[in-house]
Amino acid sequence: MFRFYKILKHLCLLLWSAFVVFPFLWSLSTSFKDANAITGGATYIPWLEYAPSMQGWASLFTDNEQGINIAGPFVDSALVTILASLVSLILGTLAAYGLSRFEYRMGFIKNSDITFFFISQRIMPPIVLAIPFFLMLKQLDLLDTVAGLVLVYTALLMPIAVWVMIDFFNGIPKELDEMAMIDGCSPIEAFFRVVLPNSIPGLVVAGMFCVIFGWNDFFFAFTLTFTQTQLLPVAIVSLNSSVTPWWSLSAFALISIAPLVVIAFIVEKFMSKGSLSGAIR
Amino acid sequence: MLSLKNISIEHPKTPLFNISYNFEAGKFYCILGRTGAGKTEILRALMGLEQLSNGEITLDDENISNRVIWKRNMALVYQQFINYPHLNVLDNVIFPLLRQKIKKSVARQKAISMLELVGLSELADRKPSQLSGGQQQRVALARALVKDARILMMDEPLVNLDYKLREQLREEFPKLIHQSPDSVILYTTTEPKEAMQLADELLIIDNGQIAGHGKPHDLFENPPNLAVAKVISDPPISFVKGHIENGKLIGSDGTILQQSGLQHIANGEVQVGLRPDALSLGGELTSRVVLTEINGSETIVHLNFSFGQAVMLLDGIHMFEADQKINVSLDTNTIMLFSLDGQNITKESN
Repeated sequence: MFRFYKILKHLCLLLWSAFVVFPFLWSLSTSFKDANAITGGATYIPWLEYAPSMQGWASLFTDNEQGINIAGPFVDSALVTILASLVSLILGTLAAYGLSRFEYRMGFIKNSDITFFFISQRIMPPIVLAIPFFLMLKQLDLLDTVAGLVLVYTALLMPIAVWVMIDFFNGIPKELDEMAMIDGCSPIEAFFRVVLPNSIPGLVVAGMFCVIFGWNDFFFAFTLTFTQTQLLPVAIVSLNSSVTPWWSLSAFALISIAPLVVIAFIVEKFMSKGSLSGAIR
Repeated sequence: MLSLKNISIEHPKTPLFNISYNFEAGKFYCILGRTGAGKTEILRALMGLEQLSNGEITLDDENISNRVIWKRNMALVYQQFINYPHLNVLDNVIFPLLRQKIKKSVARQKAISMLELVGLSELADRKPSQLSGGQQQRVALARALVKDARILMMDEPLVNLDYKLREQLREEFPKLIHQSPDSVILYTTTEPKEAMQLADELLIIDNGQIAGHGKPHDLFENPPNLAVAKVISDPPISFVKGHIENGKLIGSDGTILQQSGLQHIANGEVQVGLRPDALSLGGELTSRVVLTEINGSETIVHLNFSFGQAVMLLDGIHMFEADQKINVSLDTNTIMLFSLDGQNITKESN
């Protein structure tokens, strides 16, 4: 019976892995095909079934109707994502710590209301925010700029950071901060010397969410930019013309997810490290 | 000297009311009370973690009531063995010294000496999570002791440890702590035995107030009031209703508990305190067994008398069935009498 369950479990995992990995493999295979190979029916094995071509990958660095130079959108996307994620993480972490540790009251507004206010920013459909954001950036003369996008994404990413970090800080015993203060730390020092080093897994999770959202977002990148600034998701779509260059699209897509994959591998070890065991019993 | 002058705090669950007391350096003070009595709140008020609604705290005649926590020069060992999980044992002990701006090399040397004292020098490189409960609490103790704080507080530090470890640390604590003769040592506990063993002076806290204070033995022998009597003994003192009639003590059912010798007490209702060792097997009083507890080499028997319930402590192991009828005798010399407002009136009869 045990053996049967083990086999069943592995079968399910195998199936799920195939389901997840297959699109990537398909994109990888497509990125090495040319128009003939793509239109000639489904082929899987290079050299045997089709002749590999570098046409798709070469188009990433050419700026003509065959492709878009990926460098510009890549740098813009990286700048917007990194800056917005950093600012969101810093502000969100501080806000979350405040909401987790101190009690605020202004009339009927309490901590839980402020927390909900942050999270409610993510409840609204993006289209509701698009017009106000457009008008605000226009007023600030920041439309079609990296700075404008950083501003917008910070507003969008901070609720994620607050949401993740508030839950994490609530899990860190308050006695740890108190002990740090008894040991001679001011509240700020207690936060930076004790609470923050023990919050690394939370920061990593919040940071990951921010980066993934910032990197992948298409809607705001599309509505708030024109020609000067272009983010990767918009650049990928702009490749699509009367004849869809699947080889370029696939190469572009693979390049655009590569940073996320690399980050995921790097931060994976931090997710398990820095647990709070030994803090309090 | 540390002085509390009429301090009160408005805690929603455990408020404190007009606590006044002077603590001398070099003495081991135990604060004994039941859960929720306000022991921890006294420590938290001292540390500045609870806002005083009234009164002041002075240290060597200097008012420290409004001083920020991190400048109060106090040390605390919590009951939950709080250590910094991201730091190893040595860095945990160094941590408060560095906050005092002590040179890193000096702090390191001091921390190593302290770890030797608590027997953890070989585990200096480990993280707290890699230590046993007892070792974690030693780290917390080392961190508290290394500061040479003027006030060293321990909030039920042994409560989360197993029996053997508790016994061991209970023996070690006075030796370790008397390394700091200039410090006021405050130790809270719910266990009378622990308090009796450790304390130079004992404070009994009940409902946010000091119910009694003094030498542990004096308080045990002659609790000033009902609140002290209720917490100072383990197994607990039993209380039954009775009344004095012409020098006799009579139970609520008419049983004569003491024939004479109480002429100094006015006729009227009293509360009768029966120590667990005041009852012994064999005698005139008939009772029924409610519950028998074997506690090591002693037996605690909960008895139901016609005048109320009482606990009897017997040496050795005795087995009784529930509802079994047994006869016991009462040592009238150990009976304590309390007025209806809770004051000990036994002395008047002596």
